[in-house]
Amino acid sequence: MNIKARLTGAFLAAVLSTTALNGAFAADDTIKVGILHSLSGTMAISETTLKDAMLMLIEEQNKKGGLLGKKLEAVVVDPASDWPLFAEKARELISVNDVSAVFGCWTSVSRKSVLPVFEELNSILFYPVQYEGEESQRNVFYTGAAPNQQAIPAVDYLMENEGVERWVLAGTDYVYPRTTNKILEAYLISKGVKPEDIMINYTPFGHSDWQTIVSDIKGFGSAGKKTAVVSTINGDANVPFYKELGNQGVKAEDIPVVAFSVGEEELAGLDTAPLVGHLAAWNYFQSVDNPANAEFIKTWKAYTKNDKRVTNDPMEAHYIGFNMWLKAVEKAGTTDTDAVLDAMIGVSVPNLSGGYSTMMPNHHITKPVLIGEIQADGQFETVWETPGLVVGDEWSDYLPDSKDLISDWRAPMSCGNFNVATGKCGGKGS
Amino acid sequence: MLMRLAYRSLQSLLVTFCLFITVFATDLRAEDDLRAMINALGEGNFSQTAKQVEALAKTGDPKIVPALEALAAGDLYQRKSDKQVFLTKSSAGNLVLIDPLSGEEVGTEASGALAKIKVNNSLRRTVRAALGGLTLMSPDAGVRLQAAQTLLRAPSADALEQVETALAAETDGRVKTVLERARAAALLVSDRPDGEKKAAIAIIGKAGGQDSLSLLSAALASADDTLKPDIEAAIADIQDRQALWAAGQNVWYGLSLGSVLLLAAIGLAITFGVMGIINMAHGEMVMLGAYTTFVVQEVIRTSFPGLFDWSLAIALPLAFLVTGAVGLAIERGIIRFLYGRPLETLLATWGISLILQQAVRTIFGPTNREVGNPSWMSGAFELGGLTITWNRLWIIVFALAVFAALLFLLKKTPMGLQMRAVTQNRRMASSMGIRTPWVDALTFALGSGIAGIAGVALSQIDNVSPNLGQGYIIDSFMVVVFGGVGNLWGTLVGAFTLGILNKFLEPYAGAVLGKILVLVLIILFIQKRPRGLFALKGRAVEA
Repeated sequence: MNIKARLTGAFLAAVLSTTALNGAFAADDTIKVGILHSLSGTMAISETTLKDAMLMLIEEQNKKGGLLGKKLEAVVVDPASDWPLFAEKARELISVNDVSAVFGCWTSVSRKSVLPVFEELNSILFYPVQYEGEESQRNVFYTGAAPNQQAIPAVDYLMENEGVERWVLAGTDYVYPRTTNKILEAYLISKGVKPEDIMINYTPFGHSDWQTIVSDIKGFGSAGKKTAVVSTINGDANVPFYKELGNQGVKAEDIPVVAFSVGEEELAGLDTAPLVGHLAAWNYFQSVDNPANAEFIKTWKAYTKNDKRVTNDPMEAHYIGFNMWLKAVEKAGTTDTDAVLDAMIGVSVPNLSGGYSTMMPNHHITKPVLIGEIQADGQFETVWETPGLVVGDEWSDYLPDSKDLISDWRAPMSCGNFNVATGKCGGKGS
Repeated sequence: MLMRLAYRSLQSLLVTFCLFITVFATDLRAEDDLRAMINALGEGNFSQTAKQVEALAKTGDPKIVPALEALAAGDLYQRKSDKQVFLTKSSAGNLVLIDPLSGEEVGTEASGALAKIKVNNSLRRTVRAALGGLTLMSPDAGVRLQAAQTLLRAPSADALEQVETALAAETDGRVKTVLERARAAALLVSDRPDGEKKAAIAIIGKAGGQDSLSLLSAALASADDTLKPDIEAAIADIQDRQALWAAGQNVWYGLSLGSVLLLAAIGLAITFGVMGIINMAHGEMVMLGAYTTFVVQEVIRTSFPGLFDWSLAIALPLAFLVTGAVGLAIERGIIRFLYGRPLETLLATWGISLILQQAVRTIFGPTNREVGNPSWMSGAFELGGLTITWNRLWIIVFALAVFAALLFLLKKTPMGLQMRAVTQNRRMASSMGIRTPWVDALTFALGSGIAGIAGVALSQIDNVSPNLGQGYIIDSFMVVVFGGVGNLWGTLVGAFTLGILNKFLEPYAGAVLGKILVLVLIILFIQKRPRGLFALKGRAVEA
């Protein structure tokens, strides 16, 4: 499988590098924006949408007159869901195509693989997906949610509004679920949940036979205490999981499932009638009712020429990130990386949930947290939201390794992992 | 005398009349009250709405049932202009308003003029409990059964008397059993004497199952010392019984996983097992079958909605034909030039698999496509302590049927005879007048077609996305190699062995480690028996 994926990558890379090179000969009076999202392979299912969203945003901006009097030009490459290829493609975007900023990556492992490239070539990456935190890098802006902007409020909601006392933490076996569950477990125990009331379960990528696990969850839930499932199950495995839940009759009123990786796009492949009431925590839902969002949805449907296309949270993150970048470049008057990095901090732009998001010195942004319930039409209905905006916390306060760390990229500190206990930059857990 | 009689009757007439007037008036007033209460559902937050629901439930008036049902289903809307609450159904972009009490249609509104009354899980639970109480006396036994089950799952001391009244009036045997349990469950949380509670514990303990376990565990937490031993004994008893059933449940899950493996591998047992082609595009044939199902359902949804339950039956032959044709094209176009060169076949078929994936991604988009379950494939039923889901049951039946059909085709038909002849001794078969290239093409098409109908079944339990096939290709090869290349029975036994092994390892080792262990065991097994479970003997093997 792995060899197969890699060879796929190599094959497609060969095809696509020719197209990318052609782009490099374009006129010089444009500002180039790199788009680094997989258009083939397993992650294409999620990432292709983000590529389209970026192309739409760039097109819209050009209609408004571009940036600094120049037109924006998108350079699209396909890293083919192949992690080492992400690094190669990032290098190609920065050094061959000379892009001013890159919008891309989905999985944490792809982000980790491009980090050294952005550091070495000093360019800017906007990362739009909710992730496990425990990272803050000078060249990266994290516009998705950190654990305290998604996972922790979701657990709080279940504890307070649903009276949940017993927890199943179910996830796919890789870095994001493992770190998130570690944070959640520490958090739950700090809230007085007993260790025997927490069940942690990991499954491989693309797991399709959920019979045993769903029946285990039912068994775990029959201890006379209100039980909920916190799901960090990723991608393709969700559909068979929800189908099995529906078939085995696990109702949201009895054992609610709150998911961090299931959005409108994932529900589009599913009959949601048996799932009504199961929850998701995001910073944006398509159903959020405000003029900016209505406008965005209208533009998106017109751009994709498909009336049924849905929007989702990572798209909003790109919307925020792109607008922040525009504003910072205008403020700096140049696309020069160091100037833009300085200008980015403190930039504030409207988000689509009806407020403003601000870039903080730790390169994370402020967002509201929404809890939504799945509806029969495949949309979410917001049932709860944080009263104000939540600041992304890159180093979790609930993990012993990172609780003393902070990040501040403003001079004079300019450090992503400052240890407040020892007073030194470069603490443990970097 | 006569006068007196006339006077009397006049009096009674008057009394009746007055009575009638009062009853009528109270009726009207009650209806006004109800309407006001229903309108109040639209005000305030979730917990205020929940209080209104409880207040409505206290009236005990069955007229509010439709409104509550609509609330739970998310069909209750408030008109923004006058704060009136209506039931709705959508028609052509607008919403048809229905009076919450009379059930009559009273007009239409654009959806912008109405605000949906939001529900969340805890509100839905409140509504469910309220409906349980209200529908307990319904004339329909099915509705009563549902009401009793609701009360059983969410017992409350308040409902105890209601349950007892209903129990006394109940005639239907099945409803009565559930009601008795519901009464016992409510009794446990009430303040009745311990003697009655002990009897209740016995009733719940006897019922068994996860729900009873849940009830008893909850009761144990708040029980005093006189009841504790009883509850603990009942819990231990249920757990003993469940441990027995758990083994059975594991076997069932194993059979079900085995049937999925069998379906995925059986086409490969032909192309790889019988013909010896390392066909990396096998998974993509499965995917094409699943997409055929999607297209069929899409056509049915838009043009013939009544046929939806037949969609799978219609998709089966189509999937077979589509993937069979693709298989035929692949064999004639590419593979026939590569016979005897396994490495090149591997690379070529794998290239084909990439092309097919990307083609599907371009045509249908990269996202999952929705393939619905027909009603006869949804849900589950209980068999003793086993929970058996319908879709899994049908997939097992289907896998075995496909296997039997294939076996019949290979062993009892002239075409099967030719296939076996060609694979066993190509030159001899050719000398006997069999058109070997044609037989090769048909065999490959048959294997691909079978993979296609496997895709129809797998679309019911898995994603329909361009990546569908990738997940099954490794498993398929594993099954065929483990069972013994070239032997259909080996594939059958191999699939079910691996399925059951996997499911017995999973509870102890977890899904990730379980899968690794299975792989390690297979590697060890292949070391010992390189030709798999059922090795073919004779000259064909050496050829």
